[in-house]
Amino acid sequence: MKAPSFAYTKPGSIGEVFDLLDRHGDEAKLLAGGQSLLATLNMRLSSPALLIDIGNLPGLSGVTMSGGRLRIGALTTHRTLECSPEIAAHAPLLAQAAPHIAHVAIRNLGTIGGSIALADPAAEWPACCVALDAEFILSARGAERRVKAREFFRGLYDTALGRAELLTAIEVPVLGPDYRSCFLELARRHGDYAITGIAAVARVRDRQLSDVRLAFLGVGSVPVLARGAMAAVEGKAMGPDRVAAAQAALAADLDPVADLTNSAATKLHLSRVLLGRALAALAG
Amino acid sequence: MDHGIETTIIVNGTATTRRIAPRTHLIDFLREELGLTGSHIGCEHGVCGACTVRVDGRIVRGCLMLAVQANGCKVDTIEGLSDSGELAPLQRAFHEHNALQCGFCTPGMLLAAQDLLHHKPQANREEIRTHLSGNYCRCTGYHAIVDAVEEVLASRRAGAAK
Amino acid sequence: MNARAELPLHAPNTKTDRGYIGKSEPRPNAKRLLQGRGTYVDDLRFPRLAHVVFFRSPYAHARIKRLDLSKAASQPGVVAVFDGRAVARYCTPWVGVLGHLNGIKSPPQHAIAIERACWQGEAVAAIVAESRTQAEDALQHVEAEWEELPVVTDMEAALAGEPVIHPDLGDNICFSRELVTPGFDDVWKTADLVVEETFEFGRHTGVCLEGRSILADYNVAEHTLTVYHSTQAPHMMQDIFSRHLDIPESNVRVICKDVGGSFGIKVHVYPDEMATAAISVMLRRPVKFVADRLESFLTDIHAREHKATVRLACTKEGDILAFDLDDLTAIGPYSVYPRTSGIEGNQVVNLTGGPYKHQQYRAKLNVVFTNKNVTCQYRAVGHPIAVALTEGIVDLAAQKLGMDPAEFRRRNLIADDAYPYTFPSGIKFEKLSHHQCLDKLLALMDYKGLRAEQAALRKKGVYRGIGLAAMIEVTNPSPAFYGVGGARISAQDGATLRLDPTGMINVLCSVTEQGQGTEGIFAQIAASVLGVTMDRVRLLTGDTGVTPYGGGTWASRGAGIGGEAVLQAGKALRSNILDVAAAILNEDKALLDIVNNEVIDKLTRASKLTLTELGRIAYFRPDTLPMKFQSELTVTRHYTPREYGFVFTNGIQASLVEVDIETGFVKLLKHWCVEDCGTVINPMLVDEQIRGGIVQGIGAALFEECLYSAEGQLMNGSMADYLVPMAGEMPDIVVGHVETPTKTSELGAKGAGEAGTAGAPGAVSNAINDALAPLNARVTAQPFTPERILQALGKA
Repeated sequence: MKAPSFAYTKPGSIGEVFDLLDRHGDEAKLLAGGQSLLATLNMRLSSPALLIDIGNLPGLSGVTMSGGRLRIGALTTHRTLECSPEIAAHAPLLAQAAPHIAHVAIRNLGTIGGSIALADPAAEWPACCVALDAEFILSARGAERRVKAREFFRGLYDTALGRAELLTAIEVPVLGPDYRSCFLELARRHGDYAITGIAAVARVRDRQLSDVRLAFLGVGSVPVLARGAMAAVEGKAMGPDRVAAAQAALAADLDPVADLTNSAATKLHLSRVLLGRALAALAG
Repeated sequence: MDHGIETTIIVNGTATTRRIAPRTHLIDFLREELGLTGSHIGCEHGVCGACTVRVDGRIVRGCLMLAVQANGCKVDTIEGLSDSGELAPLQRAFHEHNALQCGFCTPGMLLAAQDLLHHKPQANREEIRTHLSGNYCRCTGYHAIVDAVEEVLASRRAGAAK
Repeated sequence: MNARAELPLHAPNTKTDRGYIGKSEPRPNAKRLLQGRGTYVDDLRFPRLAHVVFFRSPYAHARIKRLDLSKAASQPGVVAVFDGRAVARYCTPWVGVLGHLNGIKSPPQHAIAIERACWQGEAVAAIVAESRTQAEDALQHVEAEWEELPVVTDMEAALAGEPVIHPDLGDNICFSRELVTPGFDDVWKTADLVVEETFEFGRHTGVCLEGRSILADYNVAEHTLTVYHSTQAPHMMQDIFSRHLDIPESNVRVICKDVGGSFGIKVHVYPDEMATAAISVMLRRPVKFVADRLESFLTDIHAREHKATVRLACTKEGDILAFDLDDLTAIGPYSVYPRTSGIEGNQVVNLTGGPYKHQQYRAKLNVVFTNKNVTCQYRAVGHPIAVALTEGIVDLAAQKLGMDPAEFRRRNLIADDAYPYTFPSGIKFEKLSHHQCLDKLLALMDYKGLRAEQAALRKKGVYRGIGLAAMIEVTNPSPAFYGVGGARISAQDGATLRLDPTGMINVLCSVTEQGQGTEGIFAQIAASVLGVTMDRVRLLTGDTGVTPYGGGTWASRGAGIGGEAVLQAGKALRSNILDVAAAILNEDKALLDIVNNEVIDKLTRASKLTLTELGRIAYFRPDTLPMKFQSELTVTRHYTPREYGFVFTNGIQASLVEVDIETGFVKLLKHWCVEDCGTVINPMLVDEQIRGGIVQGIGAALFEECLYSAEGQLMNGSMADYLVPMAGEMPDIVVGHVETPTKTSELGAKGAGEAGTAGAPGAVSNAINDALAPLNARVTAQPFTPERILQALGKA
């Protein structure tokens, strides 16, 4: 399966990227890690005229801390995040999620920015960013804006990213020491796309959860913040009744889409199971 | 539209400059242009791991990397890593445990196993399986591969302990 | 009581030394593969090599209204374009039927479809270009108009003829068979208990990591065709290329380089491969085709789509009286050539109930055409179905009677001293060891301990299951398998052994290698028989121009048949070498032996002459030997299995699983297999074949299914969506051996290549149902996806 023909360019600055995007519009695609794009090209599912390789743009990679927020460059690889001491310390949810992303060889090249911009419904990072109430920094020529993760994902492969914009960084608020996180995913085989997954974060005191965030992946076209389930446990002590209430509320929060081997009902059921397990893990 | 782009890649220690069509993935470049046929194509969509090579010290799917992206990079293939001897302990263990049959997955499997030796020298059997979970083998059923890797890890730990 | 084979490797009255037989020698030919220095077909380089790709039908059933290749023909790098009619002038069609499958029918199939495509992915045009990339680019410029025809994908609809795919044939029944033993009805009426279950098996496929590959090189000056082919049966292909391309047989040479996995996928005739060979003839230049992964899912043979109802009748004490089988299986729109797509179902009929001593049997089989990809023999052909049906219904009967499944089996397995034995389906067993294997398995796995642990864990809400699967397996087939039906598929094989001037041994054998270790075991046998060290032996297989004529690798015949040919040739060569030695030394041959690359005095063990020296003299200084003496240091022997239709092996497997009853996910904790394949030449290679086969069977049980829409579109034809077993989910697999050598050969080796796959689905199926038993849930449709398990539990 050989890719169709395309031109390739590797701009040295973000300004050049904007020039290219202006000039070529829809005919051009950005190449970051390429772990999704190149597979679709090999299968001839898309034929861009030009690939703009942003892989080596300076300043877009790395993890820094500033003012209680973690700033993750969009070109930071999954593997870097997986192995980062800062991430482990200040955003452990991401460290829990990273090993679920495909396999090491993919994680060595794939980037968090690429994953978020593509917004595959089964991707791990979007749900994590929603759970962490992260903010995305979108750069255009001479301008920069911030969009909350919770507003960024609009539909199937559809985000708030404008045509002439580049996702340049992800900012994650660092949560206090009494916060716990739990990432769980159900996949048929290690590294497969998730059937369903949950990114769960809460402040925990004596088995009581507050500031609860429960974001699901793989159950719709976008990550879903399960507000009904969250409300059912917010500020409450954990126990079997609480968990059951949250699981019941999930039916209103989620409207799962069936896949080849899992009906919508199965996905809802599995989501409930993961919810129960995540809440138990958070409560300790 | 498909003008070749001048690209220099250090393949198995030798700087190699060619004009490469952008759409050529790294494995096709290695196999067709350089005749390094030890890296194999199994799916061309990044799932089977047969194309695993090492770029700047990290294992990657060669089918999901354009050759032009590897400009300025060091690429190590099964041939180079065999000749340098770096893979010798794993190759010996694979041989003795019959951790290969048809051999098609083997170069990729060895590269992935070698990566494990670097990054997880204390790996147990389950962790070995997890690290190799992206490399498809249809012939062996994986058990012998895990045995071989486990043996090399153990002998390294024993050697380091001395 | 099975003694290890006393192989007569040396002259009578000497100490029998088995040499390398029974030793786990690493394979010499694995070294190149470990360095990425093997040669697979896609690695070959030829001057003027052209690449062919195929324009494939996007519809499951459609008439080709218009096909315009002219724009494609003018694309950069394109050498030629062909439709079905053009290729048909060079390649005649074929029909996948055999005489011994009574009533089997199938329409003719062309290398490239003419007028009508009958499955999504069927090739309807060929584009040849200077590179694969250019050929794929040109494909985008093919213009085609189609008239969609009614599609039948459901096997029951196919059976009912709704609609009939080939009107000329009258219905969609490719093959059907019925058999019933004379006492069946009586026994059925008097049984205390009848249990019944309907099992479903999802169609799945081989997924060899190396795609199907062929490079055909026609030389017009000589009217010769050399084909480098990733195939298991080069001589069969030689015959087929010869007959269908009208090239004299000996002008066709088929060469197998390294083959990246086969498992039966690569023993069939594929239209796109035949087209590739024809195109080489048409263009008078080498042409290569390698199926990419998406094509492979669409066109590599699929297998094992069955819906079968099985019933078992027994006494209340637990004696099985009879099995009753009704099997419906869906194949593609053509029966595959030349082995036919009726064999798999036929095997299910032959083998259901196999390990047990009941006398009565009734079976009904229908094999129906559908508009999905073609199906044919894939590792363990029919056995996985037969074993899963048999072992599933046996477990159900045991459950109903409140008997332990192992004890129920013990009561019913054919006794180890009951042989030779004729089974109700007509197959004959030479000698099996069911009870010995059962005992060994139960000890190996600590069955009692596992049952105790299972009971304890159940109280804590942890659901573990133990599943057993006893099996018989077809190996070393005689001409009864294919030859009697008219197929030019050889059931015999030959080996040529040669002593080279420096004393090294060359072995040429018609059995082929795809990684299982054929060449390794032949080296072990040759070295053992000849008294040389293994490092002195060189192998060549897979070249019809060089090796003796034979059948190749399929039906677990390589070790047993090829191995025996090597053994016999080795014995003969040894004798000839000693003749030369006797002539050189002027001594009585009977006083000499060969050990460690040297001719020695049998009694004193003193070295008399190295083989290196013997070779020098025989080849370069025959003037020093007696006038009438002629050295014959190249010997060929053939071997044909004759006494039995198949030399059956037996084994038994066990699976230990834990079912997460909330998610329906199954964790495979461990797997065991005790296998009796007769003389074991290399235990490590047998273990690896068993393990690999087991994992393939696990794939079928838990992960793999080719999913088609009602319109006949394959919905999961990529590695992301078709789930093959990967290392993370597989268990450790413990293998034990029992050896009951076959007396049909001196070597005594039976086959082992498919046993793992034969038993694993049944073992896993039974384990899952054992885990779910306390919850009154049962699953019967493979693959056992989490959803299916949740549905059985009433949770989804």
